[in-house]
Amino acid sequence: MLSVSPLPLPRLERRQQDSQLLRYLSPVLAIGLTLISGALIFLWQGQDPLVGLYTFFILPISDSYGIAELGVKAAPMLLCAIGLSVCFRANVWNIGAEGQLLMGALIGSAAALYFMESGSRFALLFTVLAGAFAGLLWAGIPAVLKNHFNTNEILTTIMLNYIALNLLLWAVHGPLKDPNGFNFPESALFTEAVTLPIVLEETRLHLGLPIGLLAVVAAWVLLSRTFIGFQLKVVGLDASAGRFAGYREKRLVYFALLICGALAGLAGVFEVTGPIGQLVPQVSPGYGYAAIIVAFLGRLHPVGIALTSFLMALVFMGGEMGQMELGLPLALGSLFQGMLLFYLLACDVLIHFKLRGGRA
Amino acid sequence: MDIDLITNVLFAMIRSGTPLLLVALGEVVCEKSGVLNLGQEGMMLMGAVTGFIVSVSTGNLLLGVIAGMMAGVAMSLLFGSLALGLRTNQVATGLALTIFGTGLSAFVGTDYVGKPLAGIAPLAIPLLSDIPLLGTVLFRHDPLVYTALILLTLTWAFFRFSRPGLMVKAVGENPDSATSIGLPVLTVRWLAVSFGGAMAGLGGAYLSLAYTPLWSEGMTAGRGWIALALVVFASWRIGRVLLGAWLFGLASIMHLVLQGMGASISSNLLATLPYLATIVVLVILSSNQSKIRMMAPMSLGKPFHSRM
Repeated sequence: MLSVSPLPLPRLERRQQDSQLLRYLSPVLAIGLTLISGALIFLWQGQDPLVGLYTFFILPISDSYGIAELGVKAAPMLLCAIGLSVCFRANVWNIGAEGQLLMGALIGSAAALYFMESGSRFALLFTVLAGAFAGLLWAGIPAVLKNHFNTNEILTTIMLNYIALNLLLWAVHGPLKDPNGFNFPESALFTEAVTLPIVLEETRLHLGLPIGLLAVVAAWVLLSRTFIGFQLKVVGLDASAGRFAGYREKRLVYFALLICGALAGLAGVFEVTGPIGQLVPQVSPGYGYAAIIVAFLGRLHPVGIALTSFLMALVFMGGEMGQMELGLPLALGSLFQGMLLFYLLACDVLIHFKLRGGRA
Repeated sequence: MDIDLITNVLFAMIRSGTPLLLVALGEVVCEKSGVLNLGQEGMMLMGAVTGFIVSVSTGNLLLGVIAGMMAGVAMSLLFGSLALGLRTNQVATGLALTIFGTGLSAFVGTDYVGKPLAGIAPLAIPLLSDIPLLGTVLFRHDPLVYTALILLTLTWAFFRFSRPGLMVKAVGENPDSATSIGLPVLTVRWLAVSFGGAMAGLGGAYLSLAYTPLWSEGMTAGRGWIALALVVFASWRIGRVLLGAWLFGLASIMHLVLQGMGASISSNLLATLPYLATIVVLVILSSNQSKIRMMAPMSLGKPFHSRM
């Protein structure tokens, strides 16, 4: 008996071999489909689609300040997505980069406020390390729970995202609130000693981006040149093969989650000690979630991720530009993000299958 | 603790448990057919925003509820097209559905943030609501709370007594055998996924039309994810979904209880309680892995390739 789906979907025929071409073409296709859908949305909103696309994707980077801002926004997603790619390769579904980033920002801010007083020469270094360590510990929780209690990491990491957000809100309304801040939920402004150096004069582009690019290189070496990177891939492709080969699966879970947590924590502490300059309730506009899309769109490959993190930064900037210039809702940016991932999943089917028209 | 406080707490527990109950009910049916849809949060948000927009525009709350359910179904069809039609990875597709629903709901709801709406009014059931204590706790709710309990009973009866209920379970346990005895595996899964969408949409509409009649971005605050944990908690048994929904409902109103008792703890810290409770429950339940394996539908999350 044939099962017929309610929608007239084309028939899928498995390819003899996965198409390597489509593996790399699929993200391009997904971006193209998102742009077409974007044009349709601009039409629906009563805008000229070309003006809309121009405002969204070209206007934000039409001057050198804009290009620097692109790097400012790409840096946190780059760091998170590199970490996530290590997890996803090992089939560890860490959705918790957002929470790990927030904990990095929270503990990093506490450290910054502490070291501002002490005037240590290493104030910034200690602050950054505290943030990275906080992210690492926060990611350690789902790792312990997964390894020793078989808890599903998707659910625990998401719950920890909400907990981290509430902890940050508590701190910024309570212990870390600036005593001289007229009761605004903000910490005191960080001093020069705990502020990230700017790498491009007269912009906000900070040390986070070069460090992110360093992480790209490190991840590439890790994944393609080391035994542990090989093990991560094997376990991700087929867990039983990894076990058969004697790989210690639990250690790999720890490794992947802790690396990701440290990188996301870095992203968080870089945000507060870089572009923001203090702890505020709104540290991240969802960088940790967007990084999931970045990781998949970049094919879990460090170089791909470096490229797609800039693309995603452009989507964030385009959303702001669309609001300022055309009065469109800011959420249009997050709508584009959602569409990107959906189209990518659909296009990825073409890697393994050929489309044959008509109803099955 | 006086009797009034207890009554109020139990009343609020049932109210805050209702959206969890609805969403988890839909997901249990979906998972029993072998499909894992992690897009609950996205479907809920779309249900919430659509229900609110339709209610504000038409002034008709019932229409809003129906529209919310339809929005949930539409989202679930999107999920189905990918996960069932194109056999994509269900975990990734569900995640994508949540990210997409979060963005889309924020986009279409932008003009409706902060708009006032007279929500669904409570409906005291005659006679029953006059029972001391129990009447106040159980029978002075809004109609959607009763609807949720009726739907729970119907779903329970569906699986307990009906042939189609058995078909859903057969499809979820072993789709290949189900195919060989002539069951339409994909059709059953499409229906189960749509039911899940309708329930998530209804759960979302409950939030924006009855629980807190307003729309704000991301107002579900992780309830879709908690509902997913609830399904594990309930070990895929309908009766235990109710118990779980009420327990989690209680966890999410604990701040009211503690403040009622005069404790002065930051509301942000108390807001972490339902999420903490979810983790604790998952830890307790998941450590017995053989039990989970026994209770979970065998083919859960695996795409189905018809060989015929």
